[in-house]
This record gives sequence, C-alpha cells and structure tokens, in this order.
Amino acid sequence: MTAIDVTPVGAAAPEHVPYEPPAAVRRGGTALVLVLLIVFPLLFSNPAVTSIGVFSMIFLVAACGWNIFSGYSGYISIGHAAYYGIGQYTVALLVLHLKVAAGWDTFTLLPVAGLIAAVLAVPIGFVLLRVRKHTFIILTVAVMFILQLLAFNLTSWTNGSGGLELPFPTWSGSFFNEPFYYIGLAAAVVACVVSWWVRRSKYGLGLLSIRDDEDRARGLGIRTTRTKLIAYALSAFFVGIAGGLYAPFVGSVYPQFGFDPNFDLAVAVLVFVGGIGTLSGPVIGTLLLIPLQQYFYLQFGNDNLFLIAYGVLFILILRLLPGGVAPAVTQLYRRVLVARRLRATEPPAPPGTPAAPGEAERKEGTP
Amino acid sequence: MSILQVSGIKKSYGGIRALTGCTMTFEEGAINGLIGPNGSGKTTLFNVISGYEVADEGQVILRGKDITNAKPDQVFAAGLGRTFQITRIFARLTVLENLHVAAQRRGFMSQLRSWKSAAERQHAMEVLDFVGLTRLADEPAGGLSYGQQKLLEFAFIMIAKPSIMLLDEPAGGVNPTLLRGLADRIRTLNADGTTFVIVEHDMEFVMRLCDHVSVMHQGRALTGGPPEQVRSDPAVLEAYLGTDSADIEEVS
Repeated sequence: MTAIDVTPVGAAAPEHVPYEPPAAVRRGGTALVLVLLIVFPLLFSNPAVTSIGVFSMIFLVAACGWNIFSGYSGYISIGHAAYYGIGQYTVALLVLHLKVAAGWDTFTLLPVAGLIAAVLAVPIGFVLLRVRKHTFIILTVAVMFILQLLAFNLTSWTNGSGGLELPFPTWSGSFFNEPFYYIGLAAAVVACVVSWWVRRSKYGLGLLSIRDDEDRARGLGIRTTRTKLIAYALSAFFVGIAGGLYAPFVGSVYPQFGFDPNFDLAVAVLVFVGGIGTLSGPVIGTLLLIPLQQYFYLQFGNDNLFLIAYGVLFILILRLLPGGVAPAVTQLYRRVLVARRLRATEPPAPPGTPAAPGEAERKEGTP
Repeated sequence: MSILQVSGIKKSYGGIRALTGCTMTFEEGAINGLIGPNGSGKTTLFNVISGYEVADEGQVILRGKDITNAKPDQVFAAGLGRTFQITRIFARLTVLENLHVAAQRRGFMSQLRSWKSAAERQHAMEVLDFVGLTRLADEPAGGLSYGQQKLLEFAFIMIAKPSIMLLDEPAGGVNPTLLRGLADRIRTLNADGTTFVIVEHDMEFVMRLCDHVSVMHQGRALTGGPPEQVRSDPAVLEAYLGTDSADIEEVS
C-alpha cells in the first residue's frame, strides 16, 4: 500500500511521460501509409501483385470494422463471416435479379450490402449480446453456421451448394484489379475514419468502459445494451461491404466461402497481431499478414506448406509481441523516452530519489 | 425530509436470507452511517437500491420516485451514485477517461462529440484536484494503488453530481492521512447539499463523520440514531458480540 498525497500536487509534480507518440508522428505515419497505398498499383502493375492488394483491402475493411465492435467492446466475435456472407449474397442476388451491369455499377451496391448486413445484425446482436465472454464467442460461431446452413438449403434463392455466378466486367486483364483495389481502399479509409471517430467520441468511451467493467459502466449511466448493439451493427456494416467487394472480384458466391469459418479466424488473427482495440492495429496486422500469406501461398501453395509457414510466423509474433505490433511499438517508444529523461535528470537528483514516482507504481499493477 | 426510503426489502440467495424485510429512511442533506456485523446485509441492501440486484419483495423510494428494481443506469440517472467495497474502475482507461465515462451526456449529438474538449477536461481536472490525483490524470487507472483507486471511484461518482452517494467501505485499505482527507471531502460535498450513506467497519471514521447511524442485523434494521446513542446501545453491542466476535474491539 503506497502512501499518497492528499493535498493536490502542484508544481512539484513529475513530468508525465506520454503513452503515445506525438500527434505529428502519428499524422505523418498515417499520411505516409495512405500515400503508399494510393501509389502501390502504379508501382506494381503485375496483376498477380495487385490481386494481393485487392485481398488486402477487402480484409482491411473487414478488420477495421470488426475492431470497432470486438476491439473496443471486448466482446470477441468469431462469427462475423455471417455478415461477410450476407454482403456477398446481397450483391450477387441484386446483380442477378436487377440485371446490374458488371463493373462500376456493381460497386454502387456496396452500401446496400453493408446496410442489409447492419440491419440483420440488429436482431441477431440483440439476442447474442444477452450473454458474455465465452458463451458469446461460441454463439457467434453458431449463428454463422446457421446462416451457412440456410445458404446451403434455401436453394431457390442461393442455388445451394451450386453457388451463384456473377458476370465479370469486361476490363482488360492488366486493368481488372485496379477498380477493385481503389474502391476497397476508399471503403477502408471510411472504416478507419469511423473507427477513429468512435475511439474519441463519448459514445466510444462508453464502449471502452464496457470492455473494462460492463456492470460498473451500467451503474454510471451507460446504456450498455444499446451501446453494444450500435457497435455490433456498425461492424457488420463494414464486414458486409467487404463481402460485397469480394463476390464480384472472384465472380462467384458459395455458402462455404461466404459464411467462411476461415474468414472468422483470419480477421480475428489480423487484429490480434496488429493490436486489438487500437486504431492502427487492424491496419498494421492486415498490411503485414495478408501480403505475406498470399506470398507464401504463391511460393509454397502446392502442398499447403504455406499454411505451415504462416502458422509459424503467427506463433512467432504472438510469442514475441503478445499485445500485438501496435502496442509493442508504442511501448518501445515510451521506454526510450523514459530512459532518455532518466539520463537527463540523473546528475542533479540526490541519491535514493526515484526519478519518476508515477512510473514504479504504474508498472506493478499493469498487466 | 427523507431522500431515500426502503421498506420491507427481502432478498435471498438459495437458502441464505440476506435481507429479511429491511425498512430504513435516510434524511436529505445528512451523512448517514450504515453499520452492522459481517453478513448483516449492508452490501446487499446497496445492491438492491442501486439496481445491481433484484429484490424479492419491498420498495425503494428515491426523492418520492419509486425506483424499485430499476436498472443501474436508470438509478444513476435518477441521481444516485455508488462505490463498491472492492473498487471497480476501468483499468485500461486513463484516470481522466474514467472520469469522463461517468460524465456521459444524454442526447444523440453529444454522444458523437469528442470528450477531449477543453471545457470538459477543465471540469474533470478540478474534480481530480479535489481528490488529489491531478498528477496521475493521464496514467492508466489499473496502475493506481488501491487507495488511489478508492479516491478515483469516489471522484467519478462525484463528477456526475448525484444528489445521494452510497459509499461501500470507503475507508477500507486507505491509510490514515488519506482517510482524513477523504472525510474532509465528504464534509465539503455534504455542505454543498449531497446526501451520503456510508457502509463502514471503521467505527472511528463512522462515529466522527456521520450525523445519523443506522444499524443492520440479520438482514433488517436493528436501530438507528445519533452516533453517541448508537454507540452506547446495548442491543448494538449484543448484535456484534452475538454473531461475529471479530468486530468486538471496533465497537468497544
């Protein structure tokens, strides 16, 4: 038990060491990543490379969206493929029934795919969010499989296991990937902006308080059910858009690739590796892992060796950086800062005086 | 005038009867103490009042409004804030963010806005200053010592300006210097019109601070009155001696 001052601490207070890099560094980094992503297809025009870019953008939208709910609220969903599938089937069915032209016209359906996913997420979320923790995780998976089963069996709509074929746009092979890439990038930017806004709004603070202690948050006037449900629908919206982009890109929709358990795990893994609950985590995780995964697939795809290589990489990252890449970077930055300040303040301080009292206390209790 | 009134509250968990028809009245503007041996139902009563537990029977009236079995967020909105025996703070948020959670605003537009505005920060810093946690404003709350967490919990109830604050063992695990500071702060807020109900085992603290002390025993109200009167009441001593001898020295 540490004795602490009761009187307000004034001028003598030790200088606070920030937990985040300064705003200029963060803004500069964001701008740099954005510019690199914009010029990427101009530098690498090989379709094999740009298709990796398209998959990265699809997963980037999904990961940012998933993080808005699971990252901020702490409710881990391993069933968001439900909305990936809904997005895919929405676009496919609308294209086929409304005879939407392949190409640019198809992209106008993306907001519809997102909206339908979000609307369906409200009743599903309302039921799921009555339970917490492990039960919640298992139920999200169950719902995803129920929807997959429906997709298999509602054959008049979905053509069951036969799947649905979408017409391909008549773009040339060298140009084909670029519209998908840039639309994906735009959607990813929107997802990131929404995520950023949630993180700094009062609403988002309510979500974060639910992550730490839901009952306590409720006792402080947070309407927890509503708060969680909004985030759930918001994340379903972006995952639905990711699905809506995927379907016309690969030109087909199947129950097992729409309501895809691998997608569930992939999105969660991307965010965990990048840093769950952080703004940059999903971006870092996706841009690090999806290109690597695709590269491994191209290199060792024949014998599924790529999955082993990918698994090894995943274990290594989790072993070395348990909190994810983004928190590890900020921690490293902070450690350097603290060390530098200690060195600067050492000579004048009398021996035995701790240089930063706040620091020692903090480390004890921080998991 | 009474601000909070509970009547005939009953609550059991399986075979354990935690509250057996508890009836009690707390006066507006007073610092009320609530004491009783371990297991006499004090915390359960707090849980029922603040909406964390559903009562089997009985009624809770806050400022003339029936809030029996209202949800915790509704009770909070009605102007009642509480702290917990074991502190419950938001460990991964900073101290300042913790305060802002409690200072949530109603209305759609205000939810969209950032909480990082200068005015809001100013107000939160004043409250932190009041409890002496200013220099820890940007530290994660999980890193605070237990005593500091108690103060933080007190601060984030305070920022919402409830008309009545329920404190569950505010003195537990808090050092004597800090405790005097806490008592001062309770008196200051009380002078501004906040009513307090304090559950506490530290009899020194209760007897010096409270205007009125209620005693609970076996899930119901045993007696109540000014501290001196309660202190010398043979029935109170009997209750402590009869059920839990560990509390003897605290009373005598």
